[in-house]
Formats: sequence, structure tokens, C-alpha cells
Amino acid sequence: MTKIRSRTRGTARLPAWLDYSLVPVLNVAAAFVISGLVVLLVGESPIEAVGYLVYGAFGYGEGIGFTLFYATNFMLTGLAVAVAFHAGLFNIGGEGQAYLGGLGCALAALMLDRYVPWWVTFPVALALSAGFGAVWALIPGWLSAKRGSHIVITTIMFNFIAASFMVWLLVEHLSPIGSMQPETRTFGPGGTLPKLDWLFAPLGIDIGTSPLNITFLVALAACLLVYLLIWRTRLGFEIRTLGHSPTAALYAGISPVRITVIAMMISGALAGLMALNPVLGDQQRLQIDFVGGAGFVGIAVALMGRAHPVGIVLASILFGALYQGGAELAFDMPAISRDMIVVIQGLVILFAGALEHMFRPGLTHGWSLISRPRETGEAGRPKEIAR
Amino acid sequence: MSFDALILVLDSTIRLSVPLILAALGGLFSERAGVFDIGLEGKMLIAAFAAAAVGAVYGSAWLGLGAGILASVALSLVHGYASISQRGSQIVSGVAINFLAAGLTAFLGYAWFSRGGQTPPLPPSGRFQTLTLPFADAVRDVPIFGPIYSTLLSGHNLLVYLGFLAVPLTAWIIYRTRFGLRLRAVGENPAAVDTAGISVAWLRYRAVIVCGIFCGLAGAYLSIAQSAGFVRDMTAGKGFIALAALIFAKWRPWPLLGACLLFGLLDAAAIRLQGVSVPGIGEVPVQFMQALPYILVVVLLAGFIGKAVPPRAGGVPYVKER
Amino acid sequence: MTEAALRDPMRDPAAARPPAIELVGIDKSFGPVRANRDIHLRIEKGTIHGIVGENGAGKSTLMSILYGYYHADAGQILVDGKPIDIRSPDEAIAAGIGMVFQHFMLVDTFTVLENVMLGVEGGARLKGGAAKVRAELQRLERDFVLEVDPDARIEDLPVGLQQRVEILKALYRGAETLILDEPTGVLTPAEADHLFRILAQLRDQGRTVILITHKLREIMEATDNVSVMRRGEIVATMKTTETSPAALAEEMVGRRVLLRVEKAEAKPGAPILEVADLSLTDSRGVKRLDDVSFDIRAGEIVGVAGVAGNGQSELMEVLSGMRKADGGRLAIDGEPVDLTRPAAAASRRRLGLAHVPEDRHRAGLVTAFSEDENAILGYHDDAHYGRGLFLDRRAIRDHAVRHIEQYDIRPPDPRLKAANFSGGNQQKIVLAREMERGPKILIVGQPTRGVDIGAIEFIHARLVEMRDAGCAILLVSVELDEIRGLSDRILVMCGGRIVGERGPEASEAELGLLMTGISSTEAAQ
Repeated sequence: MTKIRSRTRGTARLPAWLDYSLVPVLNVAAAFVISGLVVLLVGESPIEAVGYLVYGAFGYGEGIGFTLFYATNFMLTGLAVAVAFHAGLFNIGGEGQAYLGGLGCALAALMLDRYVPWWVTFPVALALSAGFGAVWALIPGWLSAKRGSHIVITTIMFNFIAASFMVWLLVEHLSPIGSMQPETRTFGPGGTLPKLDWLFAPLGIDIGTSPLNITFLVALAACLLVYLLIWRTRLGFEIRTLGHSPTAALYAGISPVRITVIAMMISGALAGLMALNPVLGDQQRLQIDFVGGAGFVGIAVALMGRAHPVGIVLASILFGALYQGGAELAFDMPAISRDMIVVIQGLVILFAGALEHMFRPGLTHGWSLISRPRETGEAGRPKEIAR
Repeated sequence: MSFDALILVLDSTIRLSVPLILAALGGLFSERAGVFDIGLEGKMLIAAFAAAAVGAVYGSAWLGLGAGILASVALSLVHGYASISQRGSQIVSGVAINFLAAGLTAFLGYAWFSRGGQTPPLPPSGRFQTLTLPFADAVRDVPIFGPIYSTLLSGHNLLVYLGFLAVPLTAWIIYRTRFGLRLRAVGENPAAVDTAGISVAWLRYRAVIVCGIFCGLAGAYLSIAQSAGFVRDMTAGKGFIALAALIFAKWRPWPLLGACLLFGLLDAAAIRLQGVSVPGIGEVPVQFMQALPYILVVVLLAGFIGKAVPPRAGGVPYVKER
Repeated sequence: MTEAALRDPMRDPAAARPPAIELVGIDKSFGPVRANRDIHLRIEKGTIHGIVGENGAGKSTLMSILYGYYHADAGQILVDGKPIDIRSPDEAIAAGIGMVFQHFMLVDTFTVLENVMLGVEGGARLKGGAAKVRAELQRLERDFVLEVDPDARIEDLPVGLQQRVEILKALYRGAETLILDEPTGVLTPAEADHLFRILAQLRDQGRTVILITHKLREIMEATDNVSVMRRGEIVATMKTTETSPAALAEEMVGRRVLLRVEKAEAKPGAPILEVADLSLTDSRGVKRLDDVSFDIRAGEIVGVAGVAGNGQSELMEVLSGMRKADGGRLAIDGEPVDLTRPAAAASRRRLGLAHVPEDRHRAGLVTAFSEDENAILGYHDDAHYGRGLFLDRRAIRDHAVRHIEQYDIRPPDPRLKAANFSGGNQQKIVLAREMERGPKILIVGQPTRGVDIGAIEFIHARLVEMRDAGCAILLVSVELDEIRGLSDRILVMCGGRIVGERGPEASEAELGLLMTGISSTEAAQ
């Protein structure tokens, strides 16, 4: 029946600019076309839905504020997944690491918010959220590097363990006495991050009541730092070497244990930082399940953005728009609930991740048809016959 | 704990472990063939939804079961296409399937039934009813044996018995048949299978389809046998517990049964022990009991209690050498 | 080894019998690479037909096409004179073709029996088939002196026996024509001779054998006819008795080859690398290195000869710091080194040890990195390549450009990914990086594997130059000719031990015997 044919993938090549632009665009387009079909399935118009969605996400200042607020979460969790990717690790544990990060920044706020202004709490919360996230990622990283555990399975398990642990903490220890709500008390001004209306007002955008806060700037800075780390530093060189070839890493004198642990800690720290945004920037308290899947959206964002910070910023904004626009859409077209976003997320992971190469052979073939006349001069160039 | 209480805990252990057994057996077929599957959860979820939706609309448990299996197999084929034909990452594909299922079930359920993501309650004909074994009522009052027979062994629905029968059946298929031999071979060294003149792709597709059927049974069990309808996120991590059981059992059918029963027991005990103080330990937080299977798997994978060596070719797409 | 007299009756050219296999106009490309072009080949029934050629000449591709593992772009295959279309291995098996691959196609966790029956189980249930297979195996073992325990697990068998299982698999499937791809790479000379006796026996029973190899000695010893492949084409087919190794070598490379390396007498200086009592046990409890001790002096090349898998790779990995040892001492230029630290390659480099690894695709290069990034692999912590935590891209590129000029690396583009260079140029990238800093010690593994002839000469000349500049060189190669041509002293390894030391004048036969673990005194008896 199904017969494996020898593929010629990798021999005929697409030019890099096509590979980095058209291929991801096609993959994401496929995800959206299928999503459109799902919308048709429930008898609604996808075109109309897109209209509401785009208006909801970008049509007015408050919408933009919300879009960027969500995008902030996804930038940080996306970077977390990307850094691990570069080291050849698949960190599915962003959700749990962010959850623990929330504990870190909540503890900072609970300790300090009554005594100091926000800008004193902020660096402490930053350090604790990153630190807690890093520690939660360190354990699977260490187990994988030192004991050979499968990091995917271990990080998944750690998500569940984190969830149970946090529920227990919130129910038994962190909720104020007498409260039935599994959440901490509300932080005071010392535990509240400032909004970014001052930044957008000069652009003529009024972000209104949206919770967009300075974590957005933290996320942008993190993008820049991750770019520098991966492509400009010696550590990044070591991370990428390990990611491409563990044997080459050993050969080059790079300790796989050390790099695995470091990469996982950076990854976990980035995921942990994400907690600042909802906990100190929006809700001013730690609630059950506040991460709300952002750790998993990070997987889609990293795959779609090809683990590059620029791609991650773009993919995060897209997903931020889906979250915000999706909420508007659910209001205007009640048949389309926000769960549609999860469908799209799954499809993006499928097409940009698992089916990444699906369109490439066709594109390569098409490109060779277009470009052939120009390349005839080179046809006689000697090539090694690979074995 | 009294004898009757013990019987009750064991009875719920059986009920709780059946979906784990079915899903884990599905995973066994797929992973033994070299296709890792972290999408058991998603396949169970979509099957639970499809079974409940069809069961509610047509009032037939069998139609519901068929729909559940079909939906689950459809996702299996997506996984197969991505990881066998397109040679994509099996992990990424599994993650995608979990989200796809979580999103689709909630979205379609909401749009079709307008009940906040739930399906309408099933009529009795839309569910698998409990079966009473012969003489169950007659022997109920016999000491020891009576409760064991009439409460523990009798009084379950068809899928429970099917789940337990599937274990020896799987063991037989895996170790005693041509299909099983080839399945194990393709998970260890697909090139050996290819050069022996057997299609690697078709063999692996069959394995993922079998996996889909089992996950379909597991999902249908949740929504149209154990309960009377679908609720959002009804699997609640059971697919991952099944995966954990599969790893715990080192990809072998009989130990898999043991692992699923153990995890089922933990679950049953967690419910039972809620708010109860255990002598010498004090009150065990229910969250700890819930997390225990996950903790056990982490410890196992780290090699502190034995070593779980997965099928050698697992997770790696088959590409002919050049 | 084989008696010429046995062959004669089978080689009557007047017989009008159709050939066992005939290939007509076979063409195969992998993307832009034409692996086979317009191949015409007749393989007579009841002969051993050798196919010889350099690495990458297209031999394995051609045979994989015949076995249905790949499908030809054009051309026809005739079996017993009848054209057939072989689209997959099962069709090849049905046509009576069996193949023993270079990398065995066995399921390591299965028993011999299970491996043999895989694909020919004889029914949906295993029970009946297994008994039949067992009986048939016993018959085959008797007929061909191929003893092997049917219930042994493959991973517990030595490679020589694993190869027998492969042959049994093919025979069980009724192979009339048996293809063997580089079968002796993992065998000792004695095991190889045994294999050739088995092949001769198969031939004498009327079966046909196709032997793919790049070793001329095997062609001369074992085959009746020989075809030479060069750059995807068959350039000559002749009777083995009517040719010579020199003539075959010339056909293989297309010009006269200097088999000897020009070099002056070595002038060894002080010992630079001192190794004592090195031992290593792997995760399965097998001793990989057993009490290895030797010295290398400045200005000499010490070759390590041995059949692949006898501890040479582990020796290089331990010395270069990629792997820790269980015990032993190592001193580099008098400086003692801690052998029990894992991942110590960086500190070895700082002591002046450079390493050209055996496997350049996985270890020596990161094929997804650009040429210039590869040019600093292992030296990325050097002060010249950046400041503090950061790398200086311009400095890295300038540096790579210098390498490209000095070593004539083509194409001269430091931004091109390493994967896009030919084997010879990839090896030059590694050599440039490792040689250019004037190391005190250079460890070189398989320096010319998969490298074209022109680059081989360049690499050999550079190694001798390094030696003359005072570098201590440890050369590991499975090519005895290379070891004998370059080395000033030769260490022979077998079963993780150094079993002897010889001068470069040692004969191939003597070294071959040592490689099996038989010392010369034993051999003399």
C-alpha cells in the first residue's frame, strides 16, 4: 500500500529568503484555512468572523492594549520554548514553570507591597519569578542531562505536579484566613505594576482599561537578550552546538550536562517571568490556573516564529490578537466561542511544527521550474556524490 | 478500613483504571511500532465527545461508540500522516493533537448544543448499561466471596470487561503473531523491516490505527459508559496518566495492567482518603495523591527504580540511509 | 585462498546461458547528484563478481537499486534473461536476490530465529512458522558450515556471527544471487577468509555472488570477474585473473596513483604524549580499553592498526577528552592530565592537543553551521574570537577566510553551511582548524575516509609536514595501506589491547595476523 519513496529532500534547495518567508507563511495559512472550515462547520461565516476578530484586536486602542497584553505572555513563553529548542531540548513544561514563577512574584508582592513602592518590589518579583521558574525547569533538565530521563515526558509530568502543588498551596496556605477562594489576598499599590498608557498616548492610542503593563517592555528586552545570547555569545554558540550535535559538543569540549542545565534554567526563567504580567500587572493576586495555557501557546509561538526572537514577536502578536479578537468575536458571534483559539493553536503547531516540510517539496519543485533558465550555466559544477 | 470499604475502593479502582488500560494499550501498539504518542489524551477526549454527541442525538450507545472510535482514528491518521509520511516530529504532532481535540470538543460542543460545552444528557439507550453476572444477586450474602463476586466482578458495563480482556489479547498479538513480530521489529530497527520486504509505513499506519481504536474505546467509556454525557476537558489528564503507566510498564502488556490498576487505586484512594487522617502520617493532601503517578514516573525515568528503555527506533522518523 | 581449479568449469564463455543478472542503462540521481549513470553490467551465473571503486563511486547505490531499496530513474534489470521491475525488496527477494548490507539489517533485541523469519513468517500465527524456520536453519547451517545458535539474541553475538545471520536470512529466502556490501569492514583477516570460503562454496553450488568492496586484495583473492566503478559509471569489467591490483587502482581513480607517501626519515624528539595503563569499560560492561600504554615523541607519526571496533575509537575519545577513562595515566608534554573528568576536550586543547575525529559529520563539524562557525568549533573560547561573553563575528570570518586560502577550501565561501561542502573540503575545514595552531599533539582518525584522491594526497602531505615541524601524531585508520605509508611506528590493537608494535616495513600479512590477536611468537609456532 503506502510505499516509502526515497525523497530528495535537502538536495535541491530553496533560496534562504523563500525558505524563511514563504514556507512559514504557507504553513500558518494552511492552519487558518482549516480553522475557517471549522467555522463553516458550525454554520458561521469565516470572513465575517475574521472581520470581527481583526477589529476586536486592532480596531481601537483598548483592543490593541489587550492584544499586546496577551502577546506579552506569549513572547515570554515562546522565548522559553525557543531557547530550549536551540539546545535540542523540547521543554513542554512552560506551563508549570510559569505557574511556579507566579508563586515567586506573588511571594515578593505579599512580603513587600505594604511597605515599599512598586519599583522596589519589581526587581525582587522579577528575580523570584525567574528564579522559581528556573528551579522548576532545572530539575527536569538535570534529570535529563545526568540520568537520561526523557525531557518531554518529565516536563509534562512536572506540569501536573506543579498544578497539584499550587492548588495545595493556594487552598491550604496562601488564601487569607476565612476565605473560601483559592487565591491570595489582593496586593496593594506596592505590588502593582504600572500600566503603559503613557507610552502609547503619544502615538494617539488610548489603551483604556486594558491591563497592558511594563511586563511588555520586559518581554521586548527579553527578546533582544535572547537574540544576543543565542547568536552573539560564546554560551549561545555552545547551546546551538549541543542542539545540532551532542557529539560535536563533546568534541568541542562543551559539557552537555552543563549546557542542558543552563539552557533549561534560562528557559524556565523566561517562562517564570511571564507570571509578572497577569499576577502583578493585571489581577494583583495569585489565582488558581492563572497561566491559562500560555505555556502551551509558547510552543505554537516558538514553532511559528522558528525559534527566532523576531519571529516570536510576530507570532506572539498574532496569538495575542487571536485571544483578544476571539473574545470580541465570541461576543458578536455567540456560536464562535473562544475555544476556537485553541483549535487554531493546535493547527498552527501541527502545520508549522509537525508538518513543517509538507509544502517544501512542492515549492522547491516550483522554484526549480521558475529558476532553471538562470542556473543552466552552473549545471556542470562538480558535486560530491554523497554516500 | 473495613472489608466492605476495601471492596468499594477496589470496585472504583476497576472503574477508574479501565480508561487508563484502554488508552495505554493503544499507546503500546503505537510506541512499540516506533511512533511515540503523547496525544493519547487528545484522542480520548475527542472520542468521548463524539461518542456522547452521537449517543445523545441518535440514542444509541453502539452508534456513539462507533463515532468515538472514528473520531479518535481520524486524529490517529493525522498523527500518522505527520510522523510517518511527512516525517515530522512525533512529539510536536502529539502536542498539536491534544490542542486540536481540546479546542474542537469545546468549540463544537458549545456551538452545537449551547450548553457551555456539555453534550445533552444521554438517554439510557445511549449508554452502556451495567451487566449483572449470573447468580450475582444470589451469592451477594455469602461472606467474602459474595461481595467480591457481586460487587467487584459483577455490575460493570461491557467496556470494563472488554478493557480487561484486551490485555491478554494484546499480549498474544504482540508476542505470538506475525503482526506482533513485525510491529516489535519496526519499533527497534525499521531498516531491517524495510529490507525484509515489508512496508514500514503501512505497518506503522496500522499500529497508529489500532492505537486510535483503543483510545476511542477509552474515550467512549468516559462519556457513554462511566458517565452520561460529555463535559469540557473530561479526560483531565487521564491520557497522560495512561502514558505514564505505559512507561512504568516498560511497554509490556501485563505490567501495563498492573501499572494502570495501581494508578487507578491511587485515584480511588485519593477520593476515599479526602479529609481522612492516616495513622502515623496525618492527613494526606488529596493533591499529593493526585500528583503521585506523575512523581512516580519522574522517579522511574530518572532510573532510580529500574530503567525504562523505550523501543529503540521510537520517536525517530524512518528515512532511508543514503 | 580459493582454489582456481574449482572455478574453471563455471566460466565457459561459450555457454549461451543467460546471465544471472543483467543491468541495462541504469541511471539514478539524488537531487543534483548523479549516483549512477548509464550502467551496463552482466553478472554470469555461478560466479563471484567483484565490484570495486572508491568511496562514493556509486557501488552501494547500484546494488540497492538491484535489491529494490531504491528505484532507478531509468534502465532495466534482467534476472535470468527476463526483464523484471524491482520496486521493493520483497520483489527482489521473490526474484531470488538477497543482500547483506554494510550496516546489518538486524533487530538487535530479537533472536537469530526471529530475525531470520521476519517477513517470511509462514502464517499469521508464529507458532507453526517458527518450527519450520528452525528445521530449515539447521539444514542450511549443515550445508554451509554456518553454525549459529538460533535462540541467541543478536546483541549478544560478535559481528562475525551477526554477518552469518544476515547470510542465513538471504539463503532462507531462497537467494540465488547474494549481494554483499563491504562485508569485511568489521571482520578480522581470518574471519574475512572464512567468509570468502563460504562464498566460494555458494558459488560452487551454482549460486551467484556479488561482492562490493574497495579493497583490491579481496577482489584479487575472492572473485572470478571484476567491474570497476568510478564516479557513478562502470569503467571496466574483466576477468580477475587478467588484471592486477595496480591496473585496478588506476581504473578506480582514472590515473596512475602513487601508493607510497614521499617522506624523509623521522627525527623523533622528546616524548610528548605518555599514556600508561589506560582502561575503559563501557555501559554494557565490555572492556573497551585494557591496559593501554605507549609514548609518542615529537616529530613522529605513530599509526594504530586494527579491525574497526577493537578500541581505536575509544582510545581517541579518551585521549581527546570526549570520554572519561576508568583508570590510567596520561601526560601531555610532561604535564599530568586527569582522565576521570568527563567532557574535558577543552582542557586538552589548552594543553596543545588537537583532534581530527573519525566522524567528521557528527563530531568534527556541525553541518548546520556555516563554514566560519565550524572554523572555531572547540576554540570558541579563545580570546581572538571575541571579548568577554561575546563573539566577534568579523574576527571569526577573517580567520575563516585565511583557512580557506591556505587549505584551498572550495567553494571559498565562509558563510556557506558545512553540509554543502564535499567530503574532501569538509575534511580540510577540520584539518585547517586543528593543524593551524601548531599543536604539540595531533590525533587523527580516518583522515581520508570518504575523501577524493586529490584531497587524500594533500592530507597525507600535510600530515608529514606537521610531523617534520615537530608535532607528535597519532594516526588511526582502518586502511592498512595508509597506516603503513605514513607511520614511523605501528601499534596494533585487538580487543582493546595493544598487542604489538612494528616498524613501517612490517608486511601486511604480519600486521593482519597481529590484528587477530595472534602474536608473532605464537604465529611462528
